[in-house]
Amino acid sequence: MTRALSGQEIGTRLEEKFTGGVIESSQDAVLVKSESLLPVATYLKDTPGLDFDYLANLTAVDYFDYFEVVYHLTSLQHNHSLVLKTRCYGRDNLRLPSVVSLWRGADFQEREIYDLMGISFDGHPNLKRIFLWEGFEGHPLRRDYL
Amino acid sequence: MAIRTEPFVINMGPQHPSTHGVFRMRLTLDGEVIIDLEPIFGYLHRGIEKIVEGRPYAQIVPITDRLDYLASMTNNLAYVIAVEKLAGIKVPERAEYLRVIMSELQRLASHLIGVGSFLNDCGAYFTPFMYMYREREKIVDLFEMVCGQRLTYNYMRIGGVSHDVPDEFTAALDKFVKTMPAFIDEYDQLLAGNEILLARTKGVGILPKELAINSSASGPVLRGSGVKWDIRKADPYSVYNHLNFDIPTGTVGDCYDRYRVRMEEMRQSVRIIRQAMEQMPAGAVRADVPRLIRPPVGEAYGHIESPKGELGFYVVSDNSIAPYRLHIRPPTLINLTTLRDMIVGWKVADAVIIFGSIDICLGEVDR
Repeated sequence: MTRALSGQEIGTRLEEKFTGGVIESSQDAVLVKSESLLPVATYLKDTPGLDFDYLANLTAVDYFDYFEVVYHLTSLQHNHSLVLKTRCYGRDNLRLPSVVSLWRGADFQEREIYDLMGISFDGHPNLKRIFLWEGFEGHPLRRDYL
Repeated sequence: MAIRTEPFVINMGPQHPSTHGVFRMRLTLDGEVIIDLEPIFGYLHRGIEKIVEGRPYAQIVPITDRLDYLASMTNNLAYVIAVEKLAGIKVPERAEYLRVIMSELQRLASHLIGVGSFLNDCGAYFTPFMYMYREREKIVDLFEMVCGQRLTYNYMRIGGVSHDVPDEFTAALDKFVKTMPAFIDEYDQLLAGNEILLARTKGVGILPKELAINSSASGPVLRGSGVKWDIRKADPYSVYNHLNFDIPTGTVGDCYDRYRVRMEEMRQSVRIIRQAMEQMPAGAVRADVPRLIRPPVGEAYGHIESPKGELGFYVVSDNSIAPYRLHIRPPTLINLTTLRDMIVGWKVADAVIIFGSIDICLGEVDR
C-alpha cells in the first residue's frame, strides 16, 4: 500500500529548512509559497529518505480568489506519496516556476494548465497551448469562462 | 563535391492510419532519418473536464466511457473509486470481485487491440490483428451480456456495479478463461520468434529506466523499461490484495519489451480472473447510495492501473451535488512525453512502430 506521508510532518521539516516557505500544512497536503516551490520540490526529490522521483499528477483548481496548483508526488523507491500545493493570486498575469527541470513528466501537464487555466510556468522549455489552437481567446477551465 | 541537403518537415497525421486516431507528428527529416519531432494534440478535445462540472456525480460515469473508449470499464472504475474515496462509501464484496473481473477482461481486450495494431504497424498486415480481434469479440460479447453495451459500458456505479451478472455469464466466462491461454500461446507461436518482428523491434525506441520514471511514464511503457511498478500491487485497490499475480517487466525498454510485457500481462489477467471467479462471494452488488450524493468539502485522488497505465481522477467537492473540479490524469498523454526522445535518430518507418508500441487512445489523450 502506498503510504501517504503526513503533510504536517513534512511541513514542519520544510519550515525548518525554508523558513517562511510553508503557508500551512494538514494531514493531507503541504501548501507552500510559490517563490519557494522550486527549492522545496528539489529538496523533496533529492533528499535521501524522501526521494520523490515520480510526479504522478499535476493539475490546477480555480477558487476565484486564487488558483491552487496541486502536485501529487510519489516515491517509487519507498512507495510513499505526498500532496504538494501552491497558490497564485489574482486573475491576470499568473506565473509559477516550472518543475520540468526536476520531473520531465510535468511537461505536457504544465502546458495543459497553461492552456486551460492560464497560468504561465517560468522555465518551461516549450510553453504553448496543447489542446486548443494558438489564438484561442480565454482559458476554458476557469470557473468564470462560460 | 558534397551534395547539399536540407532538413525537410513532414506532417504525419492527423489523418494517418498509423496514428491510431487524430494525432499529428510534425517530423523534421534529414533524408529518411528523423532529427526532430513535435507531437500536436487537441483534434479530439471535447472539454470533458469542463462538461462534468455541474453534473451530478452519478451522471459522470457515462462520460468517463468516452475517455479511453477501448477500456471503458477501467475508466468507470477509476472514477467511482475516486468518488467513493471522497464520500467514504463502502462497496459490497461481490461488487469488488465483479469490478476486478471486468477490469481484467478489459485489460485483455485493450491489450489485444494494442498488440494487434502494434503488429500491424510492424508490417504483419491485419492477420494478427484479426486473430486478436476474434478473442476481443468474445470479451465484448461477455460485456454485452452484463450491461447491454459493446463499447461504452457504463457498468460501474458509485457504491458498486449497476447490476449482477446474468446466469449464463458464469458459464460463458468459464469457457473463455479456459480457452484464452491457448489463444495467447497461439499468438506467440505465430509471432514471438519471428525474425522480421525481432529485427524491427529489438533495440528500437529505447526508453531508459531513469527517463521513464522521470517522465512519469506508467503502465506497460514503464514496466517495459524494467521498473517493477504496478498500482494493483503498489497501492492495491478493490480486492487485488487477495489475488496472486506477477508483474512482468522488460529489461532494455525497447519496443519488443513493451510488446512482451503486454503479452505476459494477458496471461496474468486470465490468472486473476480465474481466482476472482473462485473467491467471489454471493450477496449485494451495490451499496445503498442515493442518486444524488453530496460528498463533504474536500478532495480526493483515486488512481488505478488501467490497461495503458496510471489512470487517476482528482475530485474536488464543495458539498454540492456536482464536483467543483474533476481532473483526469491520462496515462497515454503523459506516456507520450518522451515520444521525441524515443523516435529521434530512427527512420520514418520505425517511428510508426515506436509510436504503436506506446499504445495510445486519443479519446483519453485529448479528453
